[in-house]
Amino acid sequence: MTKGSKTGAEMTGAEMVIRALLDQGVDTIFGYPGGAVLPIYDALFQQNELQHILVRHEQGATHSAEGYARSTGKVGVVLVTSGPGATNAVTGMVDALMDSIPLVVITGQVPSHLIGSDAFQECDTVGITRPATKHNYLVKSVEELPRILHEAFYVARSGRPGPVLVDIPKDIQFAAGLYTGPEHVEHRTYKPRIEGDADKIRAAVELMASAKKPVFYTGGGVINSGTRASEALRELVRLTGFPITSTLMGLGAYPHSDKQWLGMLGMHGTFEANHTMHDCDVMICLGARFDDRVTGRVDAFSPNSKKIHVDIDPSSINKIVKVDIPIVGDVGNVIEAMTKLWKAEKKSADKEALAGWWKQIGTWRARKSLSYKNSKSIIKPQYAVERLYELTKGPNTYITTEVGQHQMWAAQYYGFEEPNRWMTSGGLGTMGYGLPAALGVQVAHPDALVCCIAGEASVLMNMQEMSTAVQHRLPVKIFILNNEYMGMVRQWQQLLHGARYSQSYSEALPDFVKLAEAYGGVGIRCEDPAELDGKIKEMIEVDAPVLFDCRVEKIENCFPMIPSGKAHNEMILGDAAAAADIGSVIDEEGKVLV
Amino acid sequence: MLAKNEIVSRHVLSILVDNEPGVLGRVVGLFSGRGYNIESLTVSETEHDKHVSRITIVTSGTPAIVDQIEAQLGRLVPVHRVVDLTNSGPSVERELALIKVAGKGEMRAEALRLAEAFRARVMDATIESFVFELTGKPDKLDQFIALMLPLGLVEVSRTGVAAISRGPKAM
Repeated sequence: MTKGSKTGAEMTGAEMVIRALLDQGVDTIFGYPGGAVLPIYDALFQQNELQHILVRHEQGATHSAEGYARSTGKVGVVLVTSGPGATNAVTGMVDALMDSIPLVVITGQVPSHLIGSDAFQECDTVGITRPATKHNYLVKSVEELPRILHEAFYVARSGRPGPVLVDIPKDIQFAAGLYTGPEHVEHRTYKPRIEGDADKIRAAVELMASAKKPVFYTGGGVINSGTRASEALRELVRLTGFPITSTLMGLGAYPHSDKQWLGMLGMHGTFEANHTMHDCDVMICLGARFDDRVTGRVDAFSPNSKKIHVDIDPSSINKIVKVDIPIVGDVGNVIEAMTKLWKAEKKSADKEALAGWWKQIGTWRARKSLSYKNSKSIIKPQYAVERLYELTKGPNTYITTEVGQHQMWAAQYYGFEEPNRWMTSGGLGTMGYGLPAALGVQVAHPDALVCCIAGEASVLMNMQEMSTAVQHRLPVKIFILNNEYMGMVRQWQQLLHGARYSQSYSEALPDFVKLAEAYGGVGIRCEDPAELDGKIKEMIEVDAPVLFDCRVEKIENCFPMIPSGKAHNEMILGDAAAAADIGSVIDEEGKVLV
Repeated sequence: MLAKNEIVSRHVLSILVDNEPGVLGRVVGLFSGRGYNIESLTVSETEHDKHVSRITIVTSGTPAIVDQIEAQLGRLVPVHRVVDLTNSGPSVERELALIKVAGKGEMRAEALRLAEAFRARVMDATIESFVFELTGKPDKLDQFIALMLPLGLVEVSRTGVAAISRGPKAM
């Protein structure tokens, strides 16, 4: 097949799939073949433009596509078969839905005449994935297939991005029809609002200029809006001189090294970020959604502030927290409009008040909430991430994580300077995300250093993807903070359940060095803090997938922490927690929360 | 933050959707998945040429919840428009019920007298039963059905509410 518009050309449904992907600018897909997608795999075989990454489990395909999408800003594409192929991909689709990652997932389906007959490898894919996707389609005829494929990309990437599934019965893959290209494809009803309301933007700028204790609270929406949004954000923040914090998903939109940066906020955010949020008088929320990990106790959340909320999704506004100035629109667009107005009207912050506010913030910073007690004999997990950061930092380094304590330590101790360098499962909290996501990132950035900060429990959930890494020569570095526990589960059991560690200790872990070798990769183990730097350097030098078994302190807790059911100004710090009865920091009301 | 003690009230929502497979499932799934109430639901194609159907849902919730329902419905890709008829000026709502009453003698005669008073039509009759058709606001139907209960009420079939705004403008 060659490039160029093939509108009007006759081809099979399977060929249309490949053609449409190429016309959408797709260069790589992640997938796993099976009976109901064989015609598409056959069409794939007969061309050279589209690269296919063969995963070892369909969940791996979806997370890889997420990593690819998050690190490039493009749509990630997945191709899997019917029945178990589709159901295995569900977790990744929900993950993408929660974190607003654009995916197009193509599933094979049993032939049209067998649908509903409980045929082999049949399942109601569109029924199962209806609440797991932004939108989904069951293709009824080859005539509508090209339109649906192009529409799927439009829906996936427009507005608040998300996963879109196209279920294609096998007979339609074989059927011949006329192809139409992506020109002029737009959905007839789905037209998200991009421009913010001018009057509201004006009101927001007025409020910002009158603020005495302002804060920017930014989220993943800034990353989704594209690199221009991050640039616009940096300009606006510097122009105003306001402090800025971000959610887990928004890390990298604003540089970690900047003096206006307060660190991440929320349950494991910094003392200064959370107190600034609690005491502020004007909050400017840009592309974040007041998630429960961020707000803590909602009725005590930033009680005395006026709130501006910019979001492309109208349903995010006033969902959890009532705001004073809601602005529906693309966050990058709105930030640019705010900046323009701020400059045009020669606005300036209340300098005196702002100086006092920064002074107050300085006292919170002085608490050094991320400090921890290091050790000469045992590797502290925080130290491991700090050393990894120092030895790997740079614009060509990409970090993914699994889910748990190590994820929070990565967010706290790894500094991000640029957007799209940080891939993590925020909303759904999917253990098993990090390794396959790293593969997707490495495929998109072959010359980059891609590192997955992992826990030994999480990484085992999709360990089979090491095989994918070896097959496709993807030299990802899997940096495992191995404490033999499901650390975050253990920490909560300590805090909530009288240190009864029910099923959170892994009695039988594999030898990760031998496991890496068994897959054809490289294994490195480190147990001594003195050897850590040397072994991390060794890991970076290896041109192959690496499992790095970093043996860390087994019962370290992740602090600072806002205990469940508490407010931002009730957070506990590591030293205080060590002194107090740690089992009593969460009250009865907080225990029922997650 | 959102006030917790706001008053729960009844709202009639009109939703214009693409008439495509699964669209009702999306709407209903949204309500069940997010824990919203459905008191009644009607759906039918209203503009055949444009493949547009109209769904009327009667729900209940605090103002904040109803705003959220509207926003969540608006997020569904095949949804064209959502209007809260309760909040957007005067509207008309009607429901149709078919009511089967079985009985003999004075009970049967009384059922027929009440039906006339309510302007219900007799759609079917045997010597020991009637099927009445009654159209009106839901509370009128409730009232009639309650009266039929001691007179031999056997079965009820109701359409759910259809509603439209008053005045010359379309939604």
